[in-house]
Amino acid sequence: MKNPRNSYGEKLIELGKKHLNLVVLDADLSKSTKTIMFAKNYPERFFEMGIAEANMISTAAGLASCGKIVFASTFAVFATGRVYDQIRMDVAYSRANVKIFATHGGISVGKDGASHQMIEDIALMRVLPNMTVLAPSDATQTGKIVELMTENYGPMYARVGRANVPIIYKMEEMENIELGKGIIVEDGSDITLISCGTMVDPVIDAQKRLRKLGIQARVIDMHTIKPLDEKLVIKCAKETGAIITTEEHSIIGGLGSAVAETIAENNLSVKFKRMGIKDIFCESGDPKALLEKYGLNEKHIIKNARDLMKL
Amino acid sequence: MKHYDEKTIRKLEIMAVKIRKHIIEMLYRAESGHPGGSLSAVDAIVALYFAHMNHNPKKPHDPNRDRFILSKGHAAPALYGALAESGYFTVKELKNLRNINCMLQGHPVCLYTPGVEASTGSLGHGLSFANGVALAGKLDKKNYKVYVMLGDGETDEGQIWEAAASISHYKLDNITAFIDRNFLQIDGNTEEVMRLESVRERWNSFGWHVIEIDGHDMVQILEALYEVDNHKKTPSVIILDTIKGKGVSFMENNIDFHGVPPNEVEYNLAMEELDALQKKLEASN
Repeated sequence: MKNPRNSYGEKLIELGKKHLNLVVLDADLSKSTKTIMFAKNYPERFFEMGIAEANMISTAAGLASCGKIVFASTFAVFATGRVYDQIRMDVAYSRANVKIFATHGGISVGKDGASHQMIEDIALMRVLPNMTVLAPSDATQTGKIVELMTENYGPMYARVGRANVPIIYKMEEMENIELGKGIIVEDGSDITLISCGTMVDPVIDAQKRLRKLGIQARVIDMHTIKPLDEKLVIKCAKETGAIITTEEHSIIGGLGSAVAETIAENNLSVKFKRMGIKDIFCESGDPKALLEKYGLNEKHIIKNARDLMKL
Repeated sequence: MKHYDEKTIRKLEIMAVKIRKHIIEMLYRAESGHPGGSLSAVDAIVALYFAHMNHNPKKPHDPNRDRFILSKGHAAPALYGALAESGYFTVKELKNLRNINCMLQGHPVCLYTPGVEASTGSLGHGLSFANGVALAGKLDKKNYKVYVMLGDGETDEGQIWEAAASISHYKLDNITAFIDRNFLQIDGNTEEVMRLESVRERWNSFGWHVIEIDGHDMVQILEALYEVDNHKKTPSVIILDTIKGKGVSFMENNIDFHGVPPNEVEYNLAMEELDALQKKLEASN
């Protein structure tokens, strides 16, 4: 188990040494987002923006216009919805080299309640031209994604959750990761389970159980939601004939929608199911209990897979 | 104390009239746009581009350049006029304002137009953008200055005050904000729409060095810029007492010309007035 947020903090320190033009901004949440790790190592390149997210995003764009690689962090709910206009104008429209790295995405934030459970961020960021949208699945991948965000020019949004996540990948398995290229975690021919971020781990667990039940499920870790690896989606649709998407996000506008658009526009005849938050605000509660109630755990993935196979 | 001779002042005044003519011409051709707030902001923009700022149209990305950020993006024609007359692109290009397949967008975009620093048009962003540029300047130990033009109505936006606090907190004395204090916004007088006074006290209380001047007096503008350049430790704000629609009699203080271009009759009348003013200034040069 490791928290992706810690990978983010550690990687920023490493990258800060290599890239002297890397600067980091936070809005009074550096202890939670782990940007404090960078702040302690490079105090002159860390800018505390206070509880003023709009100012943080436009400031990030100003810094980027002077050749800085800028990471700006806060919780996903404040990093997107609160500052949509600033991201739209100053980051996306201006194609600024700003990397918005959000933590506490999804409902597994838990007890803080729906005010803090961001389930629309991927949709909001996906709709913006020029924006790359990322949701790494474990601590290893998060570190690598942060590296790719630094080394590739342009506006990018990445979100991780709050909780610790089991380690899925060994470091060497992430060596060839590319933005915009999904990862086949497990191969299978009966059905494809496409997921991102915090949902990849329960999907892998579900795949193991399904195998025992005689269903060979293919597992895709779609860490890049935009640009979507459409080739891979088409291939999976053709080869397995059934697709389930799983994300800790609204079923509207996120990974599920992106995959659905690809399926529809390519005239693919495939059984299809989106798993996610079904267009409602959730509530306070223990993360595990919330994921059970709102249908986002191993058990629900297995049920949906079996139901879809029966169609 | 005077830092500029009469001849320089007169040249700048003539340039301001020229750019006012460009504004009228552009908006008439585009059949849309914002005359009032473009005309009120012209003089300070002319002082910056033609007397005060360190900039080179041949090197629009020079890392040491001074930056001007038009936060009130709807005054784009004033900025485009100054950029064209400076040589960032041809004066001929101004004819294409707001036309399809052209670089001069209705509101400024940094990606398309040389010399445009920030993409604006949604109000309240420019001061924060300047915050980033100024922080980078301090970090890189560069001496460039950052100038921002805000509309007075624009300071209704909450983000302006986030930025005002942040800039003051980081003691960014390399930032100078202008407030185009023309007292008019779309729905009426600024004090009736959403009270702004006391503008001076507000900015003062945020830790800014405040100067108030006649925003159409070139000497006062240049003196104020000289003063802020030598002011250290805190950011400065220059409140420009201006007239919306300045330079065209029937547009002055007339809110109907906030976002409505001149028709043919109005265009001819405005150009006549501005031509006469230009001739007068040239004769006294």
